[in-house]
Amino acid sequence: MNWLDHLPILPVVLPLIAGIVLLGLRSRSLAVQRGVSLVAALALIPLAIALVQTASDGTQLVYQLGNWAAPYGIVLVVDRLAAWLLLTTALLAVFALLVAIRGSDTQGRHFHVLFQLQLFGLNGAFLTGDLFNLFVFFEILLLASYGLLLHGGGRQRVKAGLHFVVINLVGSTLFLFAVGTLYGVTGTLNMADLAVKLAATPPDNLALVQSAGLLLFAVFALKAALLPLYLWLPAAYAHTSAPVAALFAIMTKVGAYSILRVYTLMFGDDAGPVANLLDPWLAPLALATLTLGMLGVVASTTLRQQAAYLVVASIGSLLLAFGLGSPDAIAAGLYYLPHSTFAAAALFLLTDSISRARGEFADRFESGPEMPGARVLGGLFFVAAVAIAGLPPLSGFLGKFMLLKAALDSPLMPWVWSIVLVTGLLSMIALARSGSLLFYRTHSPYDSTRASARSGSESFRAHDAASLTPPSMAALAPVGGLLLLVAGLVIWAGPLSDYASATAAQLLAPQQYIEAVLGRTP
Amino acid sequence: MEMLIALVIGVLTAGGVFLALRGQTFPVVLGLTLMSYAVNLFLFVMGRLAIGVPPVISDAAAGYTDPLPQALVLTAIVISFGMTAFVIVLALKARAELGNDHVDGRHHNEDRHA
Repeated sequence: MNWLDHLPILPVVLPLIAGIVLLGLRSRSLAVQRGVSLVAALALIPLAIALVQTASDGTQLVYQLGNWAAPYGIVLVVDRLAAWLLLTTALLAVFALLVAIRGSDTQGRHFHVLFQLQLFGLNGAFLTGDLFNLFVFFEILLLASYGLLLHGGGRQRVKAGLHFVVINLVGSTLFLFAVGTLYGVTGTLNMADLAVKLAATPPDNLALVQSAGLLLFAVFALKAALLPLYLWLPAAYAHTSAPVAALFAIMTKVGAYSILRVYTLMFGDDAGPVANLLDPWLAPLALATLTLGMLGVVASTTLRQQAAYLVVASIGSLLLAFGLGSPDAIAAGLYYLPHSTFAAAALFLLTDSISRARGEFADRFESGPEMPGARVLGGLFFVAAVAIAGLPPLSGFLGKFMLLKAALDSPLMPWVWSIVLVTGLLSMIALARSGSLLFYRTHSPYDSTRASARSGSESFRAHDAASLTPPSMAALAPVGGLLLLVAGLVIWAGPLSDYASATAAQLLAPQQYIEAVLGRTP
Repeated sequence: MEMLIALVIGVLTAGGVFLALRGQTFPVVLGLTLMSYAVNLFLFVMGRLAIGVPPVISDAAAGYTDPLPQALVLTAIVISFGMTAFVIVLALKARAELGNDHVDGRHHNEDRHA
């Protein structure tokens, strides 16, 4: 067997091995740990590119663990969608890690171990072709995310962490109920085999299968932060450290990925009695999420909170695209997915630099001192805001344009157009207001009357002026890198949107997936 | 027998949901534990109830019970055990950091005013 045959499992095994090795290296110097972690994260990029190249011609690589044939063994499946998400994760992870090794990894122990295990869980969830295995990888990425979220501790972080952990544990319980019901009815957990069995559901079991399917949707909607299950997200993302929040930009996409995978494969057009189970739910809920998320953006009192609500709104747009369900709409969503991930991560990282530069004002929306290095920060904020608000020339505009165009022949067209356009305008207003408040309505740090009025002491004022940390180039380089990726999405928009369209076509023809996994025509 | 098992799962789930909705962290942890017991039992039963038959191949067996749910439930037990340990430690940490055991980290008198 050629080593290339093992390519599909490498993105899963590599972070696991790196995590275990890092656990053994914890007594060694920090530089060694950072080096190992960074090399392991960097190595995922060529692997993901190789997988994208393999999958781009429509091949579906099936890796049978232990050589047990499906549906008896567990399979990993690389198709266009999985490869696309692996590449997005790998690129994001490197930039988040570059920021973390500048110091936030020393706030607590085992940061790099948890980071690698998080990547292990993410990559596994994208690759697996087994529903129970998906649950296991969800648990792995969640357990690692609990550790990362709480990394460094502190009152607010512990409180937000407690809510995040409890709601996700309830989600895991529901996931198991859904998986158990599906197994009880069909006797299989392999997703391809489930697709075959569900299409032949007898009328007696229809209600059971439908409730299991919708229970699964509730679990994935919780992970994706869809209305009404998004309330955990703003607190969790706003109180964790910046590199972790940046990495978490992909976490909600795991939920979106699972919705797309399960409901095109198992509950798609071909699924007979359970076909198109989600149609009445997904698009309206996504529209409501987009609306409420954007109202949250407008009402935010800190920049981090605003960034967190922008993540909620972007999930609304993404799931709206998946909910419309036409090939063009899914392609638009797939093109929008890496864009929204990179842009949100860039904004989280930038927020950290901005709040350091503002000293005790941090990222609160009130008139603060003039920031050192305000031009660079302001320039980057402007580019990030343009990307997120979906203005030309950056990729957010293209993504939204593709979405609006795809919605033209949908019955929801008036709703989609009006809500997407109005929320776009709201995000522009909110970001313009934050930008002008943070960068224009400032006063010199040396006559900061507000700070002295608050503290009333001469020594505190001197300390206040000195605590304004100018942004370092090393902290801003990853932000710039992420924004360059967003620009790259525009420069190579042609080939990338072709890839997204091909992915959508592949998803809407689940027969190929089923044949590839089961090795026969069902 | 089916009725009894279904009743047990239902009671465990109902108790778990009730406790998970309480305001203190300790009942919430207990509620999550009860829910995980309920789901473990549920997964196990999804292989259908059978008495006195083996899950692995044997010459003397008159019939078989489904071994897969037993493997699934083992995995689920391990995961829920680890998660329970984690959430207990987290609840203790929250008690230490926030100064009380309310899930929102508030004092009771603040609650009344809020």
